[in-house]
Amino acid sequence: MITETLTKVLTSYGLISGFAVIGATMWVSYWLSAKFTRGRLHGSAIAILLGLVLSYVGGLYTGGQKGLVDIPLLSGIGILGGAMLRDFAIIATAFGVNPEELKRAGISGVISLAFGIFVSFIAGVSVALVFGYTDAVSLTTIGAGAVTYIVGPVTGAALGASSEVMALSIAAGLIKAMAVMVVTPFVAPLIGLNNPRSAVIFGGLMGTSSGVAAGLAATDPKLVPYGCLTAAFYTALGCLLGPSLLYFMMRGLFG
Amino acid sequence: MIIYGVALLSICTLAGLFVGDLLGVLLGVPSNVGGVGIAMILLIFGGGYLSKRGLLAGKTEQGIEFWSAIYIPIVVAMAAQQNVVGALSSGPVAILAGLLAVGLSFAMVPVLDKLGRPDAAVEKKSHEPGTAAQATATATVQR
Repeated sequence: MITETLTKVLTSYGLISGFAVIGATMWVSYWLSAKFTRGRLHGSAIAILLGLVLSYVGGLYTGGQKGLVDIPLLSGIGILGGAMLRDFAIIATAFGVNPEELKRAGISGVISLAFGIFVSFIAGVSVALVFGYTDAVSLTTIGAGAVTYIVGPVTGAALGASSEVMALSIAAGLIKAMAVMVVTPFVAPLIGLNNPRSAVIFGGLMGTSSGVAAGLAATDPKLVPYGCLTAAFYTALGCLLGPSLLYFMMRGLFG
Repeated sequence: MIIYGVALLSICTLAGLFVGDLLGVLLGVPSNVGGVGIAMILLIFGGGYLSKRGLLAGKTEQGIEFWSAIYIPIVVAMAAQQNVVGALSSGPVAILAGLLAVGLSFAMVPVLDKLGRPDAAVEKKSHEPGTAAQATATATVQR
């Protein structure tokens, strides 16, 4: 009786259950981050990794295509992570970005943004080509995933990419974010990342906001706002270019 | 009022997605063309304009900041519904793509840093070769 009642509440208040489950996941992730990595590997990166791992387990358990969401008790996560709330929240992150401050960061910030998106996109597309993807939609989506784990799925959703390619694209962006967090403090002295100017360039090239914030915090906390300043524009620019210019380029090259 | 902020965000979102959909129709693409990006730009400039005129009080901003703060959890929820089993069965594409992107981007930092300031180029140059080699080495080790 208790189980049935609980199941009924959890499934009929799906979105609320989603908040609870994801909140608990976030708490565990930030605890793991603080306890075992001393905050070097950002809690958000661990949480996203946990999400992918849970999705893997859910996929194995149900044999379905939608990870955890195929488990009826957890279907509310589908509403929370669905396209509507996802786009809404991502757009909200643009608030507070001051265009005047980017002007002050100078032309180098703008150049690094453009370079950053193209370099990462080309890296992603090259790897996808090597592994036998030949259609423009998949190539663009995986390339966009190498830009950030937000740009990838936004591009994929706009172009109608398959769920496998979407997952690949998110995973590529996640690997990028985590690598930036972990590697930045070690590589920083080698690439002259020790002043606001190079931090602005670094933020524009890497673009992954969580990666840049955590990576710079582990290198020198004073550099964080400079890197995040340009990185904040990266995802917006990527979302703008991904399903448009980059897709048209790919369609022109690969049909 | 918090709802004013949420409403502003909603209007920017709907307007951006509307323009994105229109662009898709105009360009003959069966998709939304950069709607999220357009909405972000609308919010940056619209929010900045209203903020300068003192029309965004603290409570109004909170309506936007809540959603901004909730985006990582939403991305986690999004990750939890992807077809990871399918992705992993298709090989180490994701890992290689991510690491190659990071490796190349790291290598680009000193290049772009040098481009912007010619006077410092000579001083920078002595560090360059080692830097590039190291960045590549790091990327290779990760692979």
